[in-house]
Amino acid sequence: MTKMLERKPATVLKEAVANRRALIRHRLFWPVVALVVLLATTPGIYRIGIRGGHLYGSIIDILLYGSPLLLVALGMTLVIATGGIDLSVGAVIAIAGAVACTQIASGIPFVVAVTTALVIAIVLGLWNGTLVALLGIQPIVATLILMVAGRGIAQLITSGQIVTINSEAYKFISGFWLGLPFSIIVVAIVIAATASVTRGTALGLLIESVGGNAEASRLVGIRARQLKIMAYAFCGLCAGIAGLMISSNISAADSNNAGLWIELDAILAVVIGGTSLLGGRFSLAGTVIGALIIQTLTTTIYTLGVPPQTTLVVKALVVIAVFLLQAPRWREARS
Amino acid sequence: MIPVNLLRRLPIIVTASLVVLLYLAGNSRYYGFNDPQVLLNLFIDNAFLLLVAVGMTFVILTGGIDLSVGAVAGFTTMFCAWLIALHGWPAPPVMLLALVVGTTGGFLMGCAIHYLGLQPFIVTLAGLFLFRGLAFVLSTDSVSIQNDFLTNIAQTRIPILGYRLSVGAVLALAAVAVAAVVLRYTRFGRNVYAVGGNEQSALLMGLPVARTKIGVYTLSGFTASLAGLAYLFYTQSGDAVIGIGLELDAIAVVVIGGTLLTGGTGNVLGTLLGVLVLGLVKTIISFEGTLSSWWTKIFVGSLLLAFILLQRFIRFRFRAPGEVV
Repeated sequence: MTKMLERKPATVLKEAVANRRALIRHRLFWPVVALVVLLATTPGIYRIGIRGGHLYGSIIDILLYGSPLLLVALGMTLVIATGGIDLSVGAVIAIAGAVACTQIASGIPFVVAVTTALVIAIVLGLWNGTLVALLGIQPIVATLILMVAGRGIAQLITSGQIVTINSEAYKFISGFWLGLPFSIIVVAIVIAATASVTRGTALGLLIESVGGNAEASRLVGIRARQLKIMAYAFCGLCAGIAGLMISSNISAADSNNAGLWIELDAILAVVIGGTSLLGGRFSLAGTVIGALIIQTLTTTIYTLGVPPQTTLVVKALVVIAVFLLQAPRWREARS
Repeated sequence: MIPVNLLRRLPIIVTASLVVLLYLAGNSRYYGFNDPQVLLNLFIDNAFLLLVAVGMTFVILTGGIDLSVGAVAGFTTMFCAWLIALHGWPAPPVMLLALVVGTTGGFLMGCAIHYLGLQPFIVTLAGLFLFRGLAFVLSTDSVSIQNDFLTNIAQTRIPILGYRLSVGAVLALAAVAVAAVVLRYTRFGRNVYAVGGNEQSALLMGLPVARTKIGVYTLSGFTASLAGLAYLFYTQSGDAVIGIGLELDAIAVVVIGGTLLTGGTGNVLGTLLGVLVLGLVKTIISFEGTLSSWWTKIFVGSLLLAFILLQRFIRFRFRAPGEVV
């Protein structure tokens, strides 16, 4: 305490400036600023009320409709951290929804249907992981296979139809629980579990090490291949849960449109959040912020009354701005 | 022991055999499949895919990727339809302008990739959003065009030995021929292979890496907007949803055509064969009648897997002593 008082004003000022610089240099600074600015421009963002026994409001909407994206982006973060990428998440979403809905439609119990769908999603993730880690195929190419074939498989499962179901239990996945949307609770649990497992143990560090240099990691005794396969399986599981949410929301499996382009949004969310596409480091908090930025952008555009078709243009401009700020050569030039 | 030269050409030999096999299978199964017009229709129905795939071949040869091509093609159709049908502009300058816009888009993406050190995947993804979004901003509905000049081109059939090709198909085949010559006999073509083989070495050898890399994305933007024009001749309407997923088909046919995704190896004739495989599969499925369209996706996915595994095998046989593949 006395030391604080003894310091000269000039030193305090210098430190304050240094702190501010450190804050601006922090990799989550610009994403957070972007999110706050976006939220501030959404009309009626502060209105949160209780209606019919549960919460409602713009923020709740953003979280509710952003749940699938948050989940997929979370899985994508770990895959990208290992130096990979997963283009097939949209297809996995379609397949998971198709499996769950066709089973429920044919009278199989809810629990069995949901479990099968999630197991299949994990198996699809393992397939991607095997192609990448065991056969050494480039991740973009390996997951492109499932991306191309996956929607065909989903259509095969539903015989090209949109399978509609009438199941209270299934509807609950996108319903409300304890006044909160159930999907938000699921996302919160998955985020908390992922954060504690990756950052509470050495697992996160090992994943980053594999992403930094897989061969060197293997030589120091890290099971690089198993870690990679695990990351893809986790990503598959996340996409599977997202697929259940999306199909539950409309009480139907739409193989053509469920999760369309979500892989692009998820990759953008991850990169906006400061995770390098080259692998070797990741930020779960950054990914959550990135996914919220993208979802807020979509919701804000709708609520501002701007024609929804401009979403893509705005998204492109935001992405270009963020990437220009993050561009390696641009940063080098500034520092 | 397979001779090295044969091994190097294995993917293209497999693809060529596949084209022949698919054609013979179609011939033996379906009445009317042997009409040569069926073969020519392959080019007519897949002209835009072939055009896009030619540009994509150059990009992939340098080790890059271009996800924006489908969106550029879709935007081109919408841009033309918007100016011609809704604003009454004459068709020829509009089509030229559309080519300039698409090419400029490719050029800018190339600049961002080279000068900012950003990944091709991400830059062209932003390009995809931008062009698709701009097309939707122009109009969310399909816009049909009533224009004599365009109708003339659309209805023109170029006779070949008593059979017919559309203008789009001729454009696409011409693009393949020009690309094959450029890749094999020009400095730019050799630079493309050099940059794809090893960018660092190419730079140290004093090759113009910047010009080559920016050049291939510019070229890809040009062929993508040309594909948009081919679409316009095909449907005589502009629609913002045209070309969704076209980039995936293009990447798939380039890989099936034997071009390595890591860059440096492959050629545009392989790409032509890849397009023929995809076209034949679609034709057979439509001749069969009972097979649903989603089988195309599953079949293309399986082919992609098979060819990627084949590439791994070849890469494995070619490895330097001690090299890890």
